[in-house]
Amino acid sequence: MTVLVSTTSPRPEKRRSHASREASRAGGRRVLPHLVLVGLILYFALPFWWLIVASTKDQATLFSGDTSPLWFGKFNLIDNIQLLFTYSNGLYWHWLGNSFLYALTGGIGATVISVLAGYGFAQYRFAGRTPFFALVLGSVMVPATALVIPMFVMFSATHLTNTMWAVILPSMLNPFGVYLMRVYTQDAIPDEMIDAARMDGAGELRIFFRVALPLLRPALVTVLLLSVVGTWNNYFLPLVMFSNPNLFPVTVGLGALQTQAGVNTGGQSLWTIVIVGALVSVIPLIIAFLTLQKYWQGGLSLGSVK
Amino acid sequence: MLSSTIERRSVTPDRAFLKKPGRLGSGVSARRARWGWLFVAPFAVFLVLFLLTPLVYAFILSLQNKTVATGTHWVGLDNYAKAFTDPLFLEGVWLVVRFSIILIPIQMLVSLGAALLLDSITSRFSKFSRLMIFVPYAVPAVIGALMWGFLYSPSFGPAAEVAGWFGLNAPQLLSPDNIFGSLVNVVTWQWAGYYMIIIYAALQGIDTSIYEAAKIDGANAWQTALRIKIPMISSSLVLILVFALIGTLQFFTEPQILRSMASGSITASYTPNIYAYTLAFSYSQFNYASAISFALGLVVFVGSYIFLHFTRKKSGLNS
Repeated sequence: MTVLVSTTSPRPEKRRSHASREASRAGGRRVLPHLVLVGLILYFALPFWWLIVASTKDQATLFSGDTSPLWFGKFNLIDNIQLLFTYSNGLYWHWLGNSFLYALTGGIGATVISVLAGYGFAQYRFAGRTPFFALVLGSVMVPATALVIPMFVMFSATHLTNTMWAVILPSMLNPFGVYLMRVYTQDAIPDEMIDAARMDGAGELRIFFRVALPLLRPALVTVLLLSVVGTWNNYFLPLVMFSNPNLFPVTVGLGALQTQAGVNTGGQSLWTIVIVGALVSVIPLIIAFLTLQKYWQGGLSLGSVK
Repeated sequence: MLSSTIERRSVTPDRAFLKKPGRLGSGVSARRARWGWLFVAPFAVFLVLFLLTPLVYAFILSLQNKTVATGTHWVGLDNYAKAFTDPLFLEGVWLVVRFSIILIPIQMLVSLGAALLLDSITSRFSKFSRLMIFVPYAVPAVIGALMWGFLYSPSFGPAAEVAGWFGLNAPQLLSPDNIFGSLVNVVTWQWAGYYMIIIYAALQGIDTSIYEAAKIDGANAWQTALRIKIPMISSSLVLILVFALIGTLQFFTEPQILRSMASGSITASYTPNIYAYTLAFSYSQFNYASAISFALGLVVFVGSYIFLHFTRKKSGLNS
């Protein structure tokens, strides 16, 4: 194994103190980079800004063109949110709830399975280990969408379409998570430590839970984050598996509403629902990423192997 | 822990004995091997059920045809012969290939540039910028495409207004001529931040004493970036490239969402995945759709395998 995972947990800024002192000395030369950064921020924030502004407008203002698309008009946000949550007997609540349910169960399931497998690959030499792990690496490269159509045929034959399992079960498979966990385990848990625990008479399960698992936490959080976000953002799989709108996650629900709004030119209120619905749906993950900063900033770098 | 380590050292000769193929030793290693399988078993089950079986099943479906009159029968590779002479499929493949060729370098440049910039300045503002550039990753592709669709749209978006400031006509960002570039922009916006974070983390992992040495040798900031930083993070770059390639060839969500806003610009066979989806769910041609899915999967797999093979030393993706 020639892989080394950068085990950078949240990197202390201390290392940079020297560099930053220098930076402030050379303050004048730092104007251009900061201007570029301002440009990047404006670009990446533009859609959010539009979404926030549009969410506050009533339908007439949204379409009239009297107000700039990038600036506020008549403030109607509260009514719009009410419109969203009462649409079709609160269908949007269902979608939001479904997204949480699928992302959390799928994500937690994927994490548990990946941690176990990664640890198994790293710590035990069993027959078939090498070809099996080659298979894991190969399956990282299999595009998930190639599997959706045959999976639909299989699931409809076993009456699993239009049940939440059709999305949750496939989401629990995360070969890249297994790869990350294996590499991280090899790096973070020396064989000597496991051997020592065995000499002390600890059983294999006890060693896993008491010795290994606490050391694997940073990688575990990363795999959890990647799996949850992956399932939360998934579109193709639930789009194919569900025809019952009560089972839709937010992504499929809003996609369907938007198509409907485009066809149905008379019902302008649908556009408002799509816009406010999009705004509400991005809030949970953005809050999660802002509060979990110290985990993902170090954790996502696990993907970068040296 | 320390005491047990010392204890272990003292019994090393015994362990060496255990490893020899003796009665006791083979018993221990067989038991260990069983534990190894137990740990990987849940994953093995999911891999078989939700990856290998659908893959094999897709292949079987692709070798069959089903008609109301004759039922299901084997047709060999007919569906593949049909796919590779089907102009709709070939145009879709050509589109995603072109899309990769144009999108991936742009995406890499934006994310690498942003990461190098953020790596070289340390201020509260750069921390804030890092967050802002990353935030689109937290937004589902569906919502990202929706937001940009609104921004592109002549009735909702600011394009007409912004063009007006410069005395220009409103650009038709959703027209057949412009949709390609508009899609490149959506995907760049969506993923550049994520790639930037991976590159940034790799840059932060470089030992800074190298920079000091370079400085003494008279290297300026550009030279340090090009000659030291980029080569040292090449494994991250290769990994990102592979992920971007796998993702782009499967292109589905963004064009599918923009389709209803840009009717006419994005056809029902715009990308191979949209084509397969349309064939399966609008025309119930599951067999032909499976052939297209499988062919696309094979192309992606072989493509990324070859790429990784040639960059094996760099990517570190091997066992």
